[in-house]
Amino acid sequence: MPTTEQTVAADRAAERPARLRAGASPLGDRAFEWLTLIMALSVFVLIAIIGYELARGSTLAIHKFHWHFLVSSDWDPGNDVYGALPFIEGTLVSSAIALVIAVPISIATAVYLTELAPLWLRQPLIMFIELLAAIPSVILGFWGMDVMVPWLHTHLFPALRGRLGFLPIFHGPDYGHGYSMLAAGIILAIMIIPIITSISREILRSVPGLQREAAFALGATRWEVTRIAVLGYAKRGLFGAVILGLGRALGETMAVTMVIGNAPQFLISLFAPGSTLASWIATQFTEAVSNLFYSALFELGLVLLGVTLLVNVLAQLLLKTFAGPSIKPQH
Amino acid sequence: MATANTPENAALTVRNLSIYFGGNHVLKNVSLDVAAKAVTAIIGPSGCGKSTFLRALNRMHELVPEARMTGDIRLFGDDIYARGIEPVAVRRRVGMVFQKSNPFPTMSIAENVTVGLRLNGAREKKFLVARTEESLRMAALWEEVKDRLHAPAISLSGGQQQRLCIARALAVQPEVLLMDEPASALDPLATSKIEDLVRELKRNYTIVIVTHNMQQAARISDFTAFFYLGELVEFGPTPKIFTNPSQKRTEDYVTGRFG
Amino acid sequence: MELLAFACAILVVMPLLLVFYHVLREGLSSVNLAFFTQVPAAVGEKGGGMANALVGTVVLIGQAALVGVPIGVLGGIYLSEYGGTKFNWWIRFAADILNGVPSITWGVVVYGLMVVPMHGSSALAGGVVLGLMMIPLVMRTTEEVLQLVPGGYREASLALGISKWRTIVQIVVRTALKGIVTGVLLATARIAGETAPLLFTAFGNLGWAHGLKEPIAAVPLVIYNYAMSPYPDWHRQAWAGALVLLLLVLFINIGVRFLTRDRFQQKI
Repeated sequence: MPTTEQTVAADRAAERPARLRAGASPLGDRAFEWLTLIMALSVFVLIAIIGYELARGSTLAIHKFHWHFLVSSDWDPGNDVYGALPFIEGTLVSSAIALVIAVPISIATAVYLTELAPLWLRQPLIMFIELLAAIPSVILGFWGMDVMVPWLHTHLFPALRGRLGFLPIFHGPDYGHGYSMLAAGIILAIMIIPIITSISREILRSVPGLQREAAFALGATRWEVTRIAVLGYAKRGLFGAVILGLGRALGETMAVTMVIGNAPQFLISLFAPGSTLASWIATQFTEAVSNLFYSALFELGLVLLGVTLLVNVLAQLLLKTFAGPSIKPQH
Repeated sequence: MATANTPENAALTVRNLSIYFGGNHVLKNVSLDVAAKAVTAIIGPSGCGKSTFLRALNRMHELVPEARMTGDIRLFGDDIYARGIEPVAVRRRVGMVFQKSNPFPTMSIAENVTVGLRLNGAREKKFLVARTEESLRMAALWEEVKDRLHAPAISLSGGQQQRLCIARALAVQPEVLLMDEPASALDPLATSKIEDLVRELKRNYTIVIVTHNMQQAARISDFTAFFYLGELVEFGPTPKIFTNPSQKRTEDYVTGRFG
Repeated sequence: MELLAFACAILVVMPLLLVFYHVLREGLSSVNLAFFTQVPAAVGEKGGGMANALVGTVVLIGQAALVGVPIGVLGGIYLSEYGGTKFNWWIRFAADILNGVPSITWGVVVYGLMVVPMHGSSALAGGVVLGLMMIPLVMRTTEEVLQLVPGGYREASLALGISKWRTIVQIVVRTALKGIVTGVLLATARIAGETAPLLFTAFGNLGWAHGLKEPIAAVPLVIYNYAMSPYPDWHRQAWAGALVLLLLVLFINIGVRFLTRDRFQQKI
């Protein structure tokens, strides 16, 4: 026997406009979840595609040259013989130069921005640095060609040769007239400074205030606090930032192509023109005439991918284990 | 097990409710009846499970990843945890207002009130306009906002935003309204407005309110349930709980010996 | 010490100013009506413009957005609103790895994927490669922005009996819309300046492309080709192109910074 309450409730439920019962939510929910999941899985698909395409394109060259490809300096399209060594060396050296220049400057700037700069100056400086990162590589390369390379040829190289010419790296003629490994290193440095700076800044910001306070309480000066408490704690994260910058430098193409001289050689002298994996692929791809030539270029791409992947994975792990998901890698 | 009234005039009947979050046994074998068109207050010290209990009543605890429940909850006789019953359907009959008011920031006042209706398919303008006024009147907010229904909802004061959230919950015409410490973030004047509102609303709605403010519970509720460490210690008419409780722990709590 | 650090900060800012100044100086005089309305003159001859490259860049960006935005935004929604912690960690990791793949590699891959089967370069291939590059960028920025939406809004919406997918689309995404658009715009600015992936996909075109299956010109490609050429007139035009491209990129970057400063305050 239904009570008044139950009758009232039943009436109310019946009166409720049909529109409120509309909408098969469980179906919609499941469909939407599947849709977004498939889109998210695209990242795995893309990685697989990249690996597969490069491997497929390289098979010819891999079968022909085996691992000699990695240690041979013989790049001779006329005889259909290819070796990757000068480009591997060029990639590593140009990136090393970039790190040597960029790391001290970036970390010092990051420290300045988080610890030392007056508050009103911080946001504008940060904005400038982020705008620097936004400059397209081809424009930076064009500026490099037009402004930096001549300046290197007329000012910096003679000065370096004069003062430090006893070092083999600053020895020798610059028959590239400024187009050189050093030019590539400098332009790479300009490109990776923003990334290293911004990630380092976030790392330093995440250092708990307690570390600083404890150091101050012990009577340390401002610089000592920075050095011991902040930098010491942040070491792993900062290293990760540097490695991320390295990863970026290894893969950079356009700006390097426009200032490095594009010679299939690797010389000790930094004044000499050379090539990197990326710049050589960029300039040679349209010149390729034989299948083996193409395959060799694909294999260069595979080597480049392998090196950058390794470095990037290392960087990601360092950053994620330091600070967790709060640090977003900038690009 | 404590019940205060016979099942016939209960809006919600809870039997042997236990809730686990992963390995944690958060609610232990709770049974009670929530009286229809009355205010039932849930009190107890922090961490006693009162919020979890409230959320079990509209299946909101299921949002926690490893939540499990055993037991039975019936809304006017309907088992809300039966197989095939979607949580969404339950929540249209059992509404909720939260501690921190959360009107949707991209919508106006009017849009906030009708969002529950519109996002479930309601289209007719006349219907929506009428329901907007009705809900805002029931939430004692109409006079204050009737001239600016299209102003952003976040332009209201804290107390007004909370009343807007109440209007928003009422607009879908739930049978039961759950309130999780609705006034704890508000100043005393706004709080007393909310309390007056609750007294008005119980004429047409069943209300379950969680509060850490015992005096508030004493002021506005008809029945009170005292929770401690996940257990329902005592449940009964409010005057009895506060003046002559049966359990010593209840007495200790309401007299302030611990909290 | 402080002075040294300050000097470093200045050193960092200098290239931006030097580059901008030089681009402005070289390019300003060459940005004229012909630049915007004409196609390149015959090789070696003076005159002509970059109309086809400007249109080409727009076409490529448009295609890229069609690919990159839906996949990126929906993928970002999954990362933020669904999934388990371990699984999502791997997705994020993969996206971050993709963001580190050299741009030339993308070009080589799409070359093998599309240019070879299609027997030639095409605007389509160029659009696809840029779109694929956008996916991990947009996915990460979308996820981050959605995570900033307070959980209270989701709860309130669900408590009203609104289904989860509607809650996400009409409440959460709507609240985060400005941030999502910002992320998309920044990703667009990034790919607008990309050259390497286009070198053997879109390839470039001295005239108009008459369909997506033909090679197409793009501003960064033209800048590169003109810069590396021996013709002074092409150099001059390359600077004009660089100025237009740089202004576009800076405009978008500064613009979104200005817009996101506009944060609404919630009254207590």
